[in-house]
Amino acid sequence: MNKLQIITSGILKNNPTFVLVLGMCPTLGTTTSASNGMGMGLATMAVLIMSNLVISLIKNLIPDKVRIPAFIVVIASFVTIIQMLMQAFVPALYASLGVFIPLIVVNCIILGRAEAFASKNGAFDSILDGVGIGLGFTLSLTAIGAVREILGSGAIFGYALGTADVMPLVFVLAPGGFLTLGYLMVLFNKLAKK
Amino acid sequence: MEISYFAIIIGAIFVNNVVLAQFLGICPFLGVSSKVETSLGMSAAVTFVMALTALVCWPLQEYVLNPLGIGYMQTIVFILVIAALVQMVEIILKKVSPALYQALGIFLPLITTNCAVLGVAILMIQKEFTLLQSVTYSVATAIGFGLALVLFAGLRERLDFEDVPAAFKGVPIALITAGILAMAFMGFSGLV
Repeated sequence: MNKLQIITSGILKNNPTFVLVLGMCPTLGTTTSASNGMGMGLATMAVLIMSNLVISLIKNLIPDKVRIPAFIVVIASFVTIIQMLMQAFVPALYASLGVFIPLIVVNCIILGRAEAFASKNGAFDSILDGVGIGLGFTLSLTAIGAVREILGSGAIFGYALGTADVMPLVFVLAPGGFLTLGYLMVLFNKLAKK
Repeated sequence: MEISYFAIIIGAIFVNNVVLAQFLGICPFLGVSSKVETSLGMSAAVTFVMALTALVCWPLQEYVLNPLGIGYMQTIVFILVIAALVQMVEIILKKVSPALYQALGIFLPLITTNCAVLGVAILMIQKEFTLLQSVTYSVATAIGFGLALVLFAGLRERLDFEDVPAAFKGVPIALITAGILAMAFMGFSGLV
């Protein structure tokens, strides 16, 4: 697999949201608007790249039996760092993502990539894998957020489209999250088959 | 904080249902909810672990993290506590009650990565609950999780016999079903 393929496979063939169906909680919980979805995607990507890098560097030092707890500690440390950075520099986004930022720790995408990729590959490839999967996750979340924002509050990235009054609010509420993701997945399945 | 226990219980089970309104614990919700029986086992295991987590994490936050001024270590400490608790419960159950272990065994390792457990631990600190309120909140949330899981499993058992279009098969139709179920639960909003 060449370097570029590592990145593109994360976006299409191994898309974490639509193909692997991992990390569903933040996917549904934070995509009430396009910018929230993007913020969550970027935060997850940052943690993923850093944890992939560190785990690929220390993989030979970790005894096999305590591998999972060791991975979790590495991931949790980066999540804490990201949490503090976001609180300091983007407090509005931090407030709207709420409990889902510390919950990046239990996002199965990150532990999954640590186990499936970073613990078997070199540092540079692991960074690329983090970028690819992270981009795939960010793009999916932004897309879901954009659809829900347009349908639910008649706006895109916060810019009003002037249709706010006629749009069904339900799309920014909980049921809309499930419905939007479900139908987008159908669309992805249809397109991917061709 | 003056909140009645009744409000906490009804709020956590129906109004702010952990799965259908707060989007926590979606992975087990989609993963193990294909049969009513397995979802009952999963909910029992989650209830048990959540109650224990509240009992351990609350004193840790109050008597260790806060006095030392290292509240930011919360995420790391809580996830380790949960992972250790799950391991411990597994070992103890195996020894003390092999029958219960047989029933819950396969679900226990899955709970570490159930974000509902960590989510509830963080939320109960955020809401500034007392210890008793935290335990009530955790157990009620777990019951809400179980309720959603069992209802959903019932729906999916029926769905197996329906002729679903190819592109909708599997996760997509499950998500759409969950969306409709979430809409039904919206009827509870404003109850408390």
